[in-house]
Amino acid sequence: MKKYQFKIINLDCANCANKLERILEKIELIENVSISFITQKLTFECQESDKEKALETIRKKIRKEEPDLKIEEV
Amino acid sequence: MKRKQKKQWIKLILSLFLCLLSFFIKFETKKINNGLLILAYGIVGIDIVLKAIRNLFKGKMLDENFLMTIATLGAFGIGEFPEAVAVMLFYQIGELFQSYAVDKSRKSISDLMEIRPDYANVYRKGKILKVDPDEVKIDEIILVKPGEKIPLDGRVIEGETMLDTKALTGEAVPRKVTVEDEVLSGCINNTSSLKIKVTKEFGESTVKKILDLVENASSRKSVAENFISKFARIYTPVVVIIALLLMLLPNLILKDAQFSDWFYRALSFLVVSCPCALVISIPLAFFLGIGAASKKGVLIKGSNYLEALAKTEIIACDKTGTLTEGVFKVQKIESSGYSKKEVLKMAALAESFSNHPISHSLKQAYGKKMNKKEVTKTQEIAGQGVLAIVEGQTVLVGNEKLMNKYKINFEKSEEEGTLVYVAKNNEWIGTLVISDKIKDDAYKAIQRFKKNRVKKIVMLTGDREKASAYVAKTLNLDEYHAELLPQEKCEWIEKLITEKTENKKVIFVGDGINDAPVLALADIGISMGGLGSDAAIEASDIVIMTDEPSKIASSIQISKKTMRIVKQNSFFAIAIKIGVLLLSALGLTSMWASVFADVGVSILAILNTLRLLDVKKIS
Repeated sequence: MKKYQFKIINLDCANCANKLERILEKIELIENVSISFITQKLTFECQESDKEKALETIRKKIRKEEPDLKIEEV
Repeated sequence: MKRKQKKQWIKLILSLFLCLLSFFIKFETKKINNGLLILAYGIVGIDIVLKAIRNLFKGKMLDENFLMTIATLGAFGIGEFPEAVAVMLFYQIGELFQSYAVDKSRKSISDLMEIRPDYANVYRKGKILKVDPDEVKIDEIILVKPGEKIPLDGRVIEGETMLDTKALTGEAVPRKVTVEDEVLSGCINNTSSLKIKVTKEFGESTVKKILDLVENASSRKSVAENFISKFARIYTPVVVIIALLLMLLPNLILKDAQFSDWFYRALSFLVVSCPCALVISIPLAFFLGIGAASKKGVLIKGSNYLEALAKTEIIACDKTGTLTEGVFKVQKIESSGYSKKEVLKMAALAESFSNHPISHSLKQAYGKKMNKKEVTKTQEIAGQGVLAIVEGQTVLVGNEKLMNKYKINFEKSEEEGTLVYVAKNNEWIGTLVISDKIKDDAYKAIQRFKKNRVKKIVMLTGDREKASAYVAKTLNLDEYHAELLPQEKCEWIEKLITEKTENKKVIFVGDGINDAPVLALADIGISMGGLGSDAAIEASDIVIMTDEPSKIASSIQISKKTMRIVKQNSFFAIAIKIGVLLLSALGLTSMWASVFADVGVSILAILNTLRLLDVKKIS
């Protein structure tokens, strides 16, 4: 299990951060999802081999829920 | 203030101006007054309304933009023009204040992030090149001029200067460094140039570790934060449902219910439907608490640990390197007839490959250059000592346990301090009496722990009974256990955990390689950053950069302050909200008063949290 961190762009409100965190928690490939509104970071853990697939799923969910948001590798 | 915030400020003032105009001046027709109010609303409200419409198409209805839009348009609908504008105005004031507070907090941490070095001056092929610290390899030589940040961890090979370690340790007093001294990245070179041989690549350097730690700490959430998240998820839907019920039920049930009256009350409900004050101020409190600790040289790896610190009931600590300086000195040599020099030489050589502080003291006491080639085999026996083949002879250097294990007849020493028995070819040849100094800071630390209501302070050490008893007595500890094997330390921690009051925490403080499993077992593991081993730092939850145990007391104080603020904010915010909801339902308050109370609470909660930016009172 490796830990990954991404910067979130355009995260304007704390509620949105919470809602998104809840949604991403449901993705099976990843664990220990945490979104911090204050540091504007998304952190999660997954197997190194699953990283690309996990990212794809995350980006899909974000496009659906909060299309204004973008995530960038730190 | 950022440009976006300045623009918002101007809009608010303009809108407020128009409101006051409409309020104080009675124009010819009411239509002009209303017109001014609509304009005032438009200036501050149009963004919210547009966002609400956009989000509606995405199916997001419990969004605060939508709720505020409904509430205010609804107010317009029943003819309450001033109220509608007031609600939007106050709401936007609250939002602006929140964004200002978050920015200020982010900046306070980014100031800490200033320790990140931008470049390194490295010597390559006879020239000095300015490169990214990432590109410098171990053993390369770098130059750090006065005023520059040290970009990488290393050892000084030329130069003498004063270092400002404030960013790493919170210490205001500069530190003198000279040739052979280890220096850490992130410090600022004050007086004169230094040539440094790099010992760690940037990815492994102290400054990078600190940056990662502080940035990552917010991702480990505390119990309080998780609770608030759950609360917020339930609160908004519940409030909206009750608002709908208020709008519809009374009209169906009560005979003379006025629709507009209950509609108005329902709208007041809607404006209090966002628990923003809590959702922002609680995580912010933990964020600032961690920042405050890092300014004191204490790195806390997660909000949950910051939270746990406040509940500390029992502190267990290691002795060597934690309560004592870990710098041993040979005080006396007893021998069975061999020359004292011989005893010392055998011991020093046998221990020469070990990293234990005892081996360093032997090396220092011996003074002369040691030919390590004379040592052909070494074997460390945990908790007991070392077996080595020196000059072809079997040498045992260690404590009583080691002597007993190999069935050596030795003369027990009555001296206080750490006793190192030396045997050659199964014959005891002498004993070295070594002692370690208790840290000055340890006295202060124990006093502060007691003041902070720590119920029990226990010392767990592998060192000898007599030396340990002395330290325990001098520092006035509640309990101590000596001559422990690493696993016995673990057993003691487990015992303390069963002893503690439920919900309270057991801390273990240590620094040695053997302490890693114990650190992992305790509720909170704290390691000393400077002297401590990398393994201990990895396994611990909190790292103290300056090796001062009193910083643990500082951390407990910061934690308690943080938790106090969290509790105050939670209690206050929830109480006011429920109060306002009740009053609104009973029709005892107006819409704008509700939003005023709500925004007021929000602002007060955030101001309360910002108190964590000031840590001057905590030493």
